[in-house]
Amino acid sequence: MAPGYLVLRRGRFSARLAVGPLLVRGLLALLVLALSALALTLGRAQVTLPELVSVLGGREQGTLRTVVLEWRLPRVVAAVLFGAALGVSGAVFQSLTRNPLGSPDVIGFNSGAFTGVVAAVLLGATSYVALSAWALLGGVTTAVLVYVLAFRRGLSGFRFLIVGIAVGTFLSSLNSWFFVKAEQQQALRTAVWGAGTLTRADWTTLALAGGAALAVAAVLPLAGRWLRQLELGDTTAAALGVPVERAKAVLVLLGVVTTALVTASAGPISFVALAAPHIARRITRRGGSVDLPSAALVGSLLLLASDVAAQHAISGVVLPVGAVTVCFGGLYLVWLLVVESRRS
Amino acid sequence: MPGLSARELRVGYGARDVLPGLDFDVPDAELTVIIGPNACGKSTLLHALARLHAARGGSVLLDGKDIRRYGAKEVARRVGLLPQSSTAPDGITVHDLVSRGRYPHQSVLRGWSREDARAVEDALRSTGVLDLAHRRVDQLSGGQRQRVWIAMAVAQETPLFLLDEPTTFLDIGHQVEVLRLMRELREAGRTVVAVLHEINHAARYATHLVAMREGRIIARGDPRDIVTPELIGTMFGLTARVLVDDVTGAPVVVPDEPIRPA
Repeated sequence: MAPGYLVLRRGRFSARLAVGPLLVRGLLALLVLALSALALTLGRAQVTLPELVSVLGGREQGTLRTVVLEWRLPRVVAAVLFGAALGVSGAVFQSLTRNPLGSPDVIGFNSGAFTGVVAAVLLGATSYVALSAWALLGGVTTAVLVYVLAFRRGLSGFRFLIVGIAVGTFLSSLNSWFFVKAEQQQALRTAVWGAGTLTRADWTTLALAGGAALAVAAVLPLAGRWLRQLELGDTTAAALGVPVERAKAVLVLLGVVTTALVTASAGPISFVALAAPHIARRITRRGGSVDLPSAALVGSLLLLASDVAAQHAISGVVLPVGAVTVCFGGLYLVWLLVVESRRS
Repeated sequence: MPGLSARELRVGYGARDVLPGLDFDVPDAELTVIIGPNACGKSTLLHALARLHAARGGSVLLDGKDIRRYGAKEVARRVGLLPQSSTAPDGITVHDLVSRGRYPHQSVLRGWSREDARAVEDALRSTGVLDLAHRRVDQLSGGQRQRVWIAMAVAQETPLFLLDEPTTFLDIGHQVEVLRLMRELREAGRTVVAVLHEINHAARYATHLVAMREGRIIARGDPRDIVTPELIGTMFGLTARVLVDDVTGAPVVVPDEPIRPA
């Protein structure tokens, strides 16, 4: 029965996997690997593929090893990890709000994080760790505020989105006001943070972020099951035994933690969370239904590609990756508009 | 005591109590139909019986135990409810949608047991949508779509099956299909409770009829005994004649005119 599914059963364990999305995931994973390899070879010191293989195999010492393992690999790992986190975050928010424009950007998380950084700079903070901590505080406070304001006898996705946009816009104008009024040095420091970059990725940051990502990954199977049921409407989901409000609270938390992870380590990186789930839905051909692993892989691919472009597109100039994702985002949305308008 | 019952159940929204204190035992192995005017609390009662509305007072007892003391999935393995409207994600197939009815029987590690596969196939077959299994839900007609939603709830395999206005928005042909389906479910041994708007359908298919008005049950029993001009007058404020169908013996209501306040 049910062609297009792979059924696994062993003892009490059982799972059913749709073959289509499974193939797509495999293909995406291969693409991520290939692009990672490319990113490791590109740069001022050219590394050939055989050299790369021998470095990764631990058979190489000296400069080549330092360049690949200490300089380039953390950045590649960061792009893959953060891209995946953003993809998951976007998929969760879009599914929860039942709106293709739902994303942590839209519900004001990044504006809140930015306000946190502004506050930190005004208080005289300079270290990157302090800025990250304040960004987290700002983002999480905003998310909690939006959740509480949108909560009325349960969380409605639409209210959540509208309140998020309102709060986010308010905070954005607060941030703009700061830029107009602040001293040049302070404004500059904030703007540098606000561009979003993977330059600062090192193994210590990555170990922390990776730990958080592992915790998130452990929750994903459960989250995916809840999302699938919530897609049927709150009442139906409840009738099928989903603890609706608790599930939504956990899912919002999941979306916020994944975004926070990225924002704290790399600054705000917009658009990946918005576009990755869209693209994943298109290529898995699952219509409106969410597939978290595909969204994560597309997110990785997008951020990795953006970062490669940021470093190598213009020779001699390294752009902040946040700027590149915004450009890609603009192009993607225009393309989407063209496709959608042609279809209707 | 097995089954589902409400004891002095009080449910409301805001300042208003929709059900001010209601006692009701769901009759076992019957096809019960609840009728009543708009906003009389029919749907609220149905939702409260499946614990989708919290009680302000009193309680709902499931197999003799307060329903609040069960886990969410435990309730969903015993009581199924098909809401009046549900949303299907774009592009989802019939088989995928019906599979989601198995949720309360599954867990992260037990994602698709043999039981699940069998239950989904049985549900597809018994609701007559097996041929549609690989079609997309958004490409089906309204009548087919409603059968698919019922199939999803059937796949849940609950002994108690509640349906909230399952025939609304369907033409009469599809309405009768759904009503016959409900009858078959009851004949297969389930306890079925449905809220319906069409009194003649209720009178024809219910084995037990419950008439509600303003949050209270004003009559209940065999439709042939309780459907009278007086009941229609009290419930809907209408004068009406009640005829008897020669073939089935079911009462047929012919409405006349609104009763004007004296």
